[in-house]
Amino acid sequence: MSKHLSRRTFLKAGIAAAGALTASRLPLPNAVKGASSKELATLIDIRKCIGCGACVEACQWTNESKYPEPEKPFPRMYPSRVKVSDWSDKRDVTDRLTPYNWLFIQEATVTVDGEERTLTIPRRCMHCQNPPCADLCPWGAARKLENGITRIHPDICLGGSKCKVVCPWHIPQRQTGTGLYLDILPSFAGNGVMYKCDRCYDRVAQGELPACIEICPEQVQKIGPRDAIVAEAHAIAKEIGGYLYGEKENGGTNTIYVSPVPFEELNRAIEKGPGRPHLKPVEDAMAHADNLAKAMVIAPIVGIAAAAARFLKSTSRRPESQEKEDRS
Amino acid sequence: MKTRSLVLPGKGVRRVYAALFAVMAFTGFGQMPIFKRYYVSDIPGMGWSADFYLTHTIHYLGAIVLLGLFAYLAADYLLSVRRRYRLTAAGMVRAALLAGIVITGIFRVLKNLPDVTFSPAFTLIIDIAHLGFMMVFLVAALAFALTKKGWVLEREMNPS
Repeated sequence: MSKHLSRRTFLKAGIAAAGALTASRLPLPNAVKGASSKELATLIDIRKCIGCGACVEACQWTNESKYPEPEKPFPRMYPSRVKVSDWSDKRDVTDRLTPYNWLFIQEATVTVDGEERTLTIPRRCMHCQNPPCADLCPWGAARKLENGITRIHPDICLGGSKCKVVCPWHIPQRQTGTGLYLDILPSFAGNGVMYKCDRCYDRVAQGELPACIEICPEQVQKIGPRDAIVAEAHAIAKEIGGYLYGEKENGGTNTIYVSPVPFEELNRAIEKGPGRPHLKPVEDAMAHADNLAKAMVIAPIVGIAAAAARFLKSTSRRPESQEKEDRS
Repeated sequence: MKTRSLVLPGKGVRRVYAALFAVMAFTGFGQMPIFKRYYVSDIPGMGWSADFYLTHTIHYLGAIVLLGLFAYLAADYLLSVRRRYRLTAAGMVRAALLAGIVITGIFRVLKNLPDVTFSPAFTLIIDIAHLGFMMVFLVAALAFALTKKGWVLEREMNPS
């Protein structure tokens, strides 16, 4: 009996790869399907923004309870090259992204219809459709929700800042002295918690609008099913001879900007740097993973075929005396 | 005389397996932001180890080869090797841990595909379990190596 069990165990261990990977090519059940149709996207019409900052203030009021209250003094970090990141005494900074400011207004002085104008652009997390921050987070702290929101869970994040490194816009911002790392090895692993826009996931879950959208006096932003938002963005762009950003960037995001001037021009005009993301074209950062995943389906099949070929070759050459020995 | 079909995987296969596993372990641990912090990427020629996208690609490439190798070894065992050899308890433990690594790895790959979203709890479980299985496997493999407990033992043929 134990022999049978061991065979089964081994069979499961070895063949699981082939079976499960083959299954990855099959249509997925609804329970695990990302439901593109359920994803909500936001449309940001740059023409309408007057840079009043109401969205920034509303974001801060609404999300204040989520902001970190770090314990000081911070644990001594080893090795010494590890620097603390402390924004707790600079909570009033609103001209860039920080752990206490998840949305800011970027300015770009450009020529529109022959007239020089300063456009103001609300900037925050793009909420990618296939977010590298969530895909590559080693702890599962960053995750994408079915409604298209990408969120970093503050109780799980260790503040390693990998999400910021792999984000094409380097959006998440770290606050030292808070979070799970304090309970593990505070001096040797982790460095706080990463913070960014969570698109008011809690409000959205209750059927409310994100605070920045609700407060805006100019209705700069709109939220809705991604297909509808993309269609509307295209319609506006066609009407004004405008340009889109976010539809294709990084393989597609759930934040679509519409601008009357090319984004190359806006990108040249905005101030860029830490906490101030660019507006450059962005290739799909996870395309390599998508392509290699296909090869993973084929690999076990090749392995099994090779073993079968070896078996057939050996049995065809097996001496008669050995067959008798095996049968005995 | 042993026929070819009953011979265990040769040194070549074992070396490929060991080398692959070392690469997978290194690039897997490299998914945590530790190589830059702990100067590994400062070692001349190791700068690439702090590039998360590069180590991720290498990890995927290694997984492709490893999946093929596991499938080959499993099929070879079922078709040929088991006639003469049986899995030891140490072999079964390693096989089970490898299965854990592979299965959680598959789910991680699925998670990274566009249009695939798992619940936050499931995401957390597979991420932690993948790392956990690997760490337990490394400890188990080291313990079995030190105690010289192999994967298989030759069956007793014609006990009379």
